[in-house]
Amino acid sequence: MTQLRRLPTGGRIDRERPVRFSFDGRSLQGYAGDTLAAALLANDIALVGRSFKYHRPRGIVAAGAEEPNALVTVDAGPGRVTPNLRATQVMLHDGLVARSQNRFPSLRFDLGGMAGFAAPLLGAGFYYKTFMGRPALWQRLYEPLIRRAAGLGRAPKVADEDWYLQQYAHCDVLIVGAGPAGLAAAWTAAQSGARVILCDEQAEPGGYLLSAPGVMIDGMAAPDWADAVVAEIRDRITVLPSTTAFGWFPGNLIGLAQSLDPVPADAPRPDRADIQPRGWRQGAGDAVVTQQDLDPYRLAEPADQVAPPRERLWQVRAERVVLATGAIERPLVFPGNDRPGIMLAGAALTYLHRYGVLPGKRATVVTADDSAYLAAADLFRGGMDIAAVVDMRERPHSDAISAVRALGITIHTAAEVTGTEGWVRVHSVRTQGGAAVIPCDTVLMSGGWTPTVHLASQARQALRFDAASGTFLPAHGAIGAASGTFDLAECLRQGAAAGGIARDFAVEGMPQMAPSVRPAPARPHAKAFVDLQNDVTSKDLKIAAEEGFVSVEHLKRYTTTGMATDQGKTSNLNALSTLAALTDRPMEAIGLTSFRPPYTPVTLGTFAGAGRDALFAPIRMTPIDPLGAVLEDVGTWKRARAFPVGKETLAQAVARECAAVRSGVGIFDASTLGKIEVSGPDAARFLERIYTGAFQSLVPGRCRYAVLLGEDGFIRDDGIVARIDADCFHVTTTTGGAAFVLHHMEDYLQTEFTDLQVWLTSITEQWAVIAVQGPHAAALLAGFIRDVDLSAMAHMSVCSALLDDIPIRLFRVSFTGESGFELNIPPPDAQRVWDALKAAGATPYGTDAMHVLRAEKGYIIVGQETDGTVTADDVGLGWTIARGKGDFVGKRSLRLADLARADRKQLVGLSQADAEPGIGMQITEPGQDRPIGHVTSAYPGVTLALVEAGRSRMGETLLIRGETADLAVTVVDPVCYDKQGTRLRPTPVPAVTAQALAPRPPSSAPVGVQAPGVVMVSLAPATLLSLRAPAGISSIGVALGMMLPTVPCRSVISNRAALWLGPDEWLVQAPEDAPALMALIREAAGDHPVGITDVSWRTRALEISGPMASWCLNGFCALDLDPRSFPVGMCTRTVLGKAEVVLWRIAADLFHVHAGRSVFPYVWACLRQTILAVDAGV
Amino acid sequence: MLLIPCPWCGKRPENEFRHGGQAHVVRPENPDAVGDEDWAIFLFLRDNPKGRHVERWRHIHGCGRFFNCVRDTVSDHIDATYKPGEAPPA
Repeated sequence: MTQLRRLPTGGRIDRERPVRFSFDGRSLQGYAGDTLAAALLANDIALVGRSFKYHRPRGIVAAGAEEPNALVTVDAGPGRVTPNLRATQVMLHDGLVARSQNRFPSLRFDLGGMAGFAAPLLGAGFYYKTFMGRPALWQRLYEPLIRRAAGLGRAPKVADEDWYLQQYAHCDVLIVGAGPAGLAAAWTAAQSGARVILCDEQAEPGGYLLSAPGVMIDGMAAPDWADAVVAEIRDRITVLPSTTAFGWFPGNLIGLAQSLDPVPADAPRPDRADIQPRGWRQGAGDAVVTQQDLDPYRLAEPADQVAPPRERLWQVRAERVVLATGAIERPLVFPGNDRPGIMLAGAALTYLHRYGVLPGKRATVVTADDSAYLAAADLFRGGMDIAAVVDMRERPHSDAISAVRALGITIHTAAEVTGTEGWVRVHSVRTQGGAAVIPCDTVLMSGGWTPTVHLASQARQALRFDAASGTFLPAHGAIGAASGTFDLAECLRQGAAAGGIARDFAVEGMPQMAPSVRPAPARPHAKAFVDLQNDVTSKDLKIAAEEGFVSVEHLKRYTTTGMATDQGKTSNLNALSTLAALTDRPMEAIGLTSFRPPYTPVTLGTFAGAGRDALFAPIRMTPIDPLGAVLEDVGTWKRARAFPVGKETLAQAVARECAAVRSGVGIFDASTLGKIEVSGPDAARFLERIYTGAFQSLVPGRCRYAVLLGEDGFIRDDGIVARIDADCFHVTTTTGGAAFVLHHMEDYLQTEFTDLQVWLTSITEQWAVIAVQGPHAAALLAGFIRDVDLSAMAHMSVCSALLDDIPIRLFRVSFTGESGFELNIPPPDAQRVWDALKAAGATPYGTDAMHVLRAEKGYIIVGQETDGTVTADDVGLGWTIARGKGDFVGKRSLRLADLARADRKQLVGLSQADAEPGIGMQITEPGQDRPIGHVTSAYPGVTLALVEAGRSRMGETLLIRGETADLAVTVVDPVCYDKQGTRLRPTPVPAVTAQALAPRPPSSAPVGVQAPGVVMVSLAPATLLSLRAPAGISSIGVALGMMLPTVPCRSVISNRAALWLGPDEWLVQAPEDAPALMALIREAAGDHPVGITDVSWRTRALEISGPMASWCLNGFCALDLDPRSFPVGMCTRTVLGKAEVVLWRIAADLFHVHAGRSVFPYVWACLRQTILAVDAGV
Repeated sequence: MLLIPCPWCGKRPENEFRHGGQAHVVRPENPDAVGDEDWAIFLFLRDNPKGRHVERWRHIHGCGRFFNCVRDTVSDHIDATYKPGEAPPA
């Protein structure tokens, strides 16, 4: 059987290119340009699926997105299986494998069809009525059963093999729909020079025009006119076929899902392991990106080894949206209206004219609308036998009807279909008021047309009821059939006007038709289907109405009509009019349910876009290679837990690392700790209002432990405040709290403490930090640091120092209980310092050992000992609260009665018996069941807990309640190691021999990526300062040789450059080194207070150039990069993917992108992917 | 995704911003003088209107500034944005 129903000529398919495909295992042939539905019909296949609930045989009803029945699974091999695709939207390609769904064992003989016999039991509200009773049964029995019996295709079980793209776009006009009105609008809009995007869900623009070869527009056949318009506008505007506008979101943001070319089954598969993050290093030696740096983000390449991307998500920000979404033909609701072979009349017309396919041999046309007569006439001329036209209307008359009568076709008026016969295909129609039984293999139906208003509804537009057509229409913004206009010439005129030019079109060959009017509502019948996809009948609606579900929203939920993936495209109006009749109310009183996005299903892959695997989110690594370490996630960072040696277990490694710190010296990568430079004349006063401690009395060179409270009095963060000089502090935060603390400080600074002159600058990534801890720390460091007497350096102090030749900020602080230091090192030098310290005998330790060491000292970790309901006093940090100073954030709350209660949970230690408790375990008194606390930290030999009135329970026995056994413990002091703190005191350092660092490794060659029209290269580091000052200090401009820009987001370039990043913030880039530039500015500022922070190492930069550069940036950046909105010289912080960047347009086609050191590889990889896509031609 | 007009940088996509809660909640000049009940109201009680709402946003991934915004919580339409310290438009 070869394409039995294909006509010898006609259609827009490519008959030179036959295509093999398979459906349910049968090998079939179609042509390039076919949809799967067209090819199935060409092969005389009427039965394509089983219905959702009753498993009734179903066929193809429509020719577009509204298809409710023909849902298929397309199988392109493991990892490329897509269920629930509409056969009407699947473009045929060679080797396509499609399967029907929801049937067992086969489509023709489906056991689930038994449900049909039980149909009387399965009506509206069946789930709610039947499966009442024990909730456990619902979960274990009913739901799995129902999900098996009723449903759609099976969700794939293996990861998606394909890759997906995403694109942000901006336009003046987005035209949704490329039918007559949309094309006319695009045509005139293109002439205005506006930025226009025209999208259409179908593979070919043209819409209805492609189904009307007999109609002439301005002297051209309608399909030719459409082709000519598309050819004319294609280069001037963005035309996106196969692209569905699926959602309209606030701010005129429209989501488009674009299908790219189908991926063939034999396409190569990316090596999944290749795109997973691996243990990797990040530019240890220099700031130029090396291939090695970017390794974890490497996608399989070259491009010819990977299949092309599959879909693209567009996020379009449109000044104006023109809805030219057309209309959807309504089925008629009559008994047995769901049998295969029963199809919308307009769909049959489409299959005839676009695909050269007749959907059957002999058709009965059932209608309440003149448009079906156009189909009847054309299909008759195409060779189809038209048995009769059954018209529900009393006395229909128009030119279209006369034309059909003239062909000798019988027309029954005021007639009604009372039933159909046939099982896997209709074979006759019974009518009342006409011939009793009409044999036929096809029924073409039309109940009029419903304007497609889904997007307008999603945009929360009020839809107005139009009494004449009996439908709901958008209040504004719609043209053509979407606005209820069905006259072709008027549709074209409206389109042209919407595009900005008023003009008329000469339309010939379109017979005059009566206006479309909604037919009388259906009578309740158990086999008269209103919603074909959800198997809702007119009887279900009656039951629902009788049971009181008369609100349209209740009706929808109770019967499921209009729900799910279909969103009521063919069913909504029919359901509403039936409800109106049942409850004797006018349609406008019934109202309309909200349509929800997406308009048609969008794959999760499309929503995820590029954001999966290594590009899901930045993976932040420090500049120190965690070679050999076991990694863990801490906030957005990867940190080393421990460094097992040889065959050591994790626990053995942690024990060894702890012992090394207690008895010798360990080194720990603390680079991830948040660091904020607080500068300005009021810095000390500001910190006193933010933290609990006193800082005006802190002398330069000293540090103080600091606790940050929320206004509610509870601990939010902690860290060290170090005074660098009178008006500059170096403040550390927890790793996870860094962004929060900066935001919290900015909040108070900008909105409450506006009397203070203070500036905050993140320096987290400006410095890499190595903690050197243990009794031998000073001796180890003395070999490298020769300009500071380490034996005289006090605990809790800070100074500048030279480590060999590297300028560092040296802290003497301890989070281990041992005497120790923290070295703040320029990131490019961190690796060689680490390597040298290790070579000199220091033991690397990870976060696990750090946890044990600090817990032995009773030092808390915010987020572990605290949970947002813990005060400083609760965890024994009441001493950090400076009583003598004025107000500070959280102070007032400390006086609340609840925060001063004696029975609050307090931090204690628990002596351990033999077993080690788990963190989070509940604690009770012996013989009691009421929890009085919980374990917050538990490591070998040390357990911390929060226990009610814990400090008054010293020596008491409590129970840690386990799942199987309880653990008896004694309450002890939380500090179990060196209670007097003697080990923190500086000790004399023996004379040591000077040690030298290895020289800096040579810079590796910079890397680049390119594609036609775009080149991306990494940039060498430059001096960058964050300059903070009130605007208008002209002496600084004079000294720099350029005035600091005062217009937001603009830059000035001389031999230096200044970028406006905020009203009192500039990024200054210069050729000289940072200390010289800082001195120059400070001198120029004179008495004016300014904040100057060296941020040269905080970021890395890339340059992307070429005519495609802004397109590539818009793959991940949501800004409008049109030169009119983002001119040359514009600079701004923004978001690229999930990373913050500074984006700077230096020339029309040249951008610089600065990103934080640790997120730079992610930014690079994101842009690289868009460049690869350009290279692949998509 | 909302399009939010930053008073300094102009219209920007929502992902550059961070929401800052209800606007014009003023921290008492002298918290020590505030009674427990009023302090609790300051800490925890916020409006939750359907319709016009005056709220704070911060252009955290832009100029870094806090500002105020009049937004309709039903339509998400933004009527106005203005700098801190300025009075809300009528």
